[in-house]
Amino acid sequence: MGDSERRGQRFVALCVLGILLFNYPVLALFNVPGTLFGIPTLYAYIFIAWAALIGLMAANVETSR
Amino acid sequence: MLHGTVIILTAFAYLGLLFAIAYFADKRADAGRPVINNPYVYSLSLAVYATAWTFYGSVGRAASDGIGFLPIYIGPTLMIALWWVVMRKILRISKQNRITSLADFIASRYGKSALLGGIVTVIAVVGILPYISLQLKAISSSFSILVQYPEIVMPGNAEPQSMREDTALWVALILAAFTIAFGTRHLDAAEHHQGMVAAIAFESLVKLLAFMAVGVFVTFGIYNGFGDLFTRAAAHPKLRDLMTPLGGVAGGYASWVWLTILSMMAIMFLPRQFQVAVVENLDEKHLNKAIWLFPLYMLAINVFVLPLAFGGVMHFPDGRVDADTFVLTLPMAEKQEFLALLVFIGGLSAATGMVIVETIALSTMVCNDLVMPVLLRMRALRLNERRDLTGLLLGIRRGAIVLILLLGYLYFKLAGEAYALVSIGLISFAAVAQFAPVVLGGIFWKGGTRRGAIAGLIAGFAVWFYTLLLPALARSGWLPTGLLEHGPWGVELLKPLELFGLTGLDQITHAMIWSMIANIGCYLGVSLSASSSADEHRQASLFVDVFRHTGEAGGARFWRGTASVPELHNLLARFLGPGTAEAAFREYAEARGHRWPDDALAADAELVHYVEVQLAGAIGAASARVMVASVAKEEALTVDEVREVLDEASQVVVYSHRLEQKSHELEAATTELREANERLKELDRMKDDFVSTVSHELRTPLTSIRAFTEILLEDPKVELEQRRKFLGIITKEAERLTRLINQVLDLAKIESGNADWVESAVDMKEVISDTLAAMDQLFKEKKIEVRAQLPDRVSPVTSDLDRMIQVMLNLLSNAVKFCDAAAGRIEVALTERDGSVRVDVRDNGRGIDPENHEAIFSKFHQASDTLTGKPHGSGLGLHISRQIVEHFGGRMWVESRLGSGACLSFTLPTAGAT
Amino acid sequence: MPLVHAADCGGNVSKRILVADDEPNIVVALEFLLRRAGYEVQVARNGEEALQIVERGPPDLVLLDVMMPVRSGYEVCKRIRERPDCGHVKIIMLTAKGRDLEVNKGLAMGADLYVTKPFSTRDLVDKIKSLLVA
Repeated sequence: MGDSERRGQRFVALCVLGILLFNYPVLALFNVPGTLFGIPTLYAYIFIAWAALIGLMAANVETSR
Repeated sequence: MLHGTVIILTAFAYLGLLFAIAYFADKRADAGRPVINNPYVYSLSLAVYATAWTFYGSVGRAASDGIGFLPIYIGPTLMIALWWVVMRKILRISKQNRITSLADFIASRYGKSALLGGIVTVIAVVGILPYISLQLKAISSSFSILVQYPEIVMPGNAEPQSMREDTALWVALILAAFTIAFGTRHLDAAEHHQGMVAAIAFESLVKLLAFMAVGVFVTFGIYNGFGDLFTRAAAHPKLRDLMTPLGGVAGGYASWVWLTILSMMAIMFLPRQFQVAVVENLDEKHLNKAIWLFPLYMLAINVFVLPLAFGGVMHFPDGRVDADTFVLTLPMAEKQEFLALLVFIGGLSAATGMVIVETIALSTMVCNDLVMPVLLRMRALRLNERRDLTGLLLGIRRGAIVLILLLGYLYFKLAGEAYALVSIGLISFAAVAQFAPVVLGGIFWKGGTRRGAIAGLIAGFAVWFYTLLLPALARSGWLPTGLLEHGPWGVELLKPLELFGLTGLDQITHAMIWSMIANIGCYLGVSLSASSSADEHRQASLFVDVFRHTGEAGGARFWRGTASVPELHNLLARFLGPGTAEAAFREYAEARGHRWPDDALAADAELVHYVEVQLAGAIGAASARVMVASVAKEEALTVDEVREVLDEASQVVVYSHRLEQKSHELEAATTELREANERLKELDRMKDDFVSTVSHELRTPLTSIRAFTEILLEDPKVELEQRRKFLGIITKEAERLTRLINQVLDLAKIESGNADWVESAVDMKEVISDTLAAMDQLFKEKKIEVRAQLPDRVSPVTSDLDRMIQVMLNLLSNAVKFCDAAAGRIEVALTERDGSVRVDVRDNGRGIDPENHEAIFSKFHQASDTLTGKPHGSGLGLHISRQIVEHFGGRMWVESRLGSGACLSFTLPTAGAT
Repeated sequence: MPLVHAADCGGNVSKRILVADDEPNIVVALEFLLRRAGYEVQVARNGEEALQIVERGPPDLVLLDVMMPVRSGYEVCKRIRERPDCGHVKIIMLTAKGRDLEVNKGLAMGADLYVTKPFSTRDLVDKIKSLLVA
């Protein structure tokens, strides 16, 4: 089950990535005034990062063995 | 248009639609063509996570602190990334052990402990009550607001209590009836409620649609898109700070982190989530799609939260309108009747979905893990006599549903009014988070014991109760507020909201920290301090090593006892009904190639385990265990025996792999060995022969020498003639001996590779001429005619001169020995062709039988003289000659026929040729 | 032990010894030796010859070389032992091979003694004498 194991490890990595992206240091970085596409920076960042993470999760599971 | 009646009718119509969908799906499931067996339905069913809290409460939270609503969804996204590892394991375990609920899972893991199952059930019920009350509040509030249309009046400021009370109570009762109809029409052995799942998936779509509709309306209808909305919000005094909401205060981040962690656990351990994700799962592979579809759903349903929140604040500036209601009041304020009704239905959808699934899950736990174990123990004898218990089981569940909803209503009355929706919900999250250590520990750590689990759960729950539930009751006036301000009996350190002086945190974070410390601490401490029973070891291994055990037979190995097939059949029939029992036995028999009931089934460990598993589906693992044990007289395996079996099993797997490898290697090695052995034996034989022959050849001349010497010594009176004769013999024999010794040594040197070869360019013509000349005397004596055919010149060969002479001497002396005695003739020919030089020595003797053409070159071959019967020479000469020739890359052979002489030939490559 | 000539004893019939060996020099030596010791000597060059001589009239003792062409010493020994008229015949086997298994084989075939070459002439004669006394 090597393939499955690798997938699992990648998922763990994604989880860790998420923890980093949505936590103190990085969040504070974006906690600034201004807007991104008309949306306040922090909110924009959160939603974009969130969507990207979901995209990575989808890629990890949907790519062929 | 928005009359109370219209609203109520619409609501009922929607509920009727849900019911129809469920009914249809159940019918198809019974017919064996399940509608819900696809990953999209599975993913949508997971979205039951989004309740009225999501629908209404998120906006409320966003309006006050900007992003505080988000961790509830980001947390699950992160956790779902780990589902590949964690959830697959849980799914596999649950399938194998026929797990029917969260309590069942935990109880089963820790030795099928009924006590543990009961504790989990109690915690779950008490913990979820706030959550249920939240839904009731949402439905009744939204109804109250909508019914006031076109006025926008908050429920608190409307008519007196009685009507509102009625709304919530009515909602509770209607939902109870609805849930009973949904989930308790019959007993399913695996606790599948396919109809429910279909309805839930549908309502997930409805609430998403409704929310997005109102979101789009506000963003693009009232304002001009996101940019416009946010720009205006930034200008608003109340909202300006929310543009950079995280403030930089440590407390803000701590809250964010703990909420994330909390939600990560909630997505796993909320009873409704466990129900749809694990119990209702039909195919492990559905998980693959769900892993990203579900987070995507959560993202989608949150996109418009901020616009709605900010839009609401800007629209209702003076704070009259509760932010929790913006989703509904915004369209109302804009006179969008249809949209408002849609929103109401959306909220209703969200709330009913949660209530139905959660209550069904809880009622299953109450029935299987709380009530049944007690009943079975109490009037044990009487229960055994009842032939059909399905009615009892269903009755217990229905009762439980009603009870839970009424308790939810009660909580709503007692404590729900004072709080925002989100805060209420988080209390429940914190409660179910207490299951995290025992479950996660249970599937990854074999060391977790039953006692440890009990200790951890009770400790965590106690702290939760003290830090979250008590304050809620106190704030609502049911307990003295002095408790909150000064601690119990004035003990400041034990203030429920600031235990041991930990200040500066919001209530949830504070509660989480302390409850986790208590929970994990007790779980670890108690688990490590005492050993566990045989049952626990078995279950621990089954759970933690689930990917290593093959199939359900894993459990059967640990059983030892006696049972009878009719008894087992009756047992199953009592709980599942005779029809289901029949079907189960038939399936079991057919899987083994028998026919039920014709062929006799063996009442062995496998059958007992099968029956127990089927039973567990109906009444939970712990109770099933008890019932089966009462029927089958079980012999308990000791802990050591269980460990042995487990060790053996795991070792067997490892060994069998190694064995396969080893057997291949072994085969190859054995063949090699056999061949080597043969060769060695051969060599040994040859060595023995050689030694023995050499010894013989040496001793023979020695015998003559010694004998004659002794004779001459003994007897001085030997005649001179005789004396001369004897001395001659001695000399000859001594020579013979010397020759033989030399040859043997020579041979030994050549064969061991120690011979000193002096290589040079040798002219064979010269060699032959010299040898012939040296033997001339002998030829004359024996009257042998010798003819030599030598060319004028011949290319030199790379060889050893002395050795070549040795070879020629050998061949010629052989020819002399064997040529015709009377008229001997020897011919020597030297030729060159194709890069090699050839020498032939022909005699006109008896010839050599073709049989012996090879044999004459072997060691000690002595062609015998027919006259005397005595062999000539030592037998080594030819052998050595051939060795010499072959050493320099040449060949030696003989051509001969009996009666026409023999010709010995050899070739050597010329110098420069290979 | 001094040599005892049959002639000295006067009137004793001299014993007949058959020497079977394919090595001519050894035969010469043995012949001389035994004649000097007062025995009658017959000679055979191979196993077949030896058996022929035995058939014509069994000797009192046979000196049998093991390694002989045509028939080996073992065979000759066996044949002699099979003959009912050779019960009194003593057999001494001579060989250049000295391994135990050869010795045992020889004795199993029925030889009375087994002597390895090279032997001591005096020793051999003594042995013959003791065998022929009985």
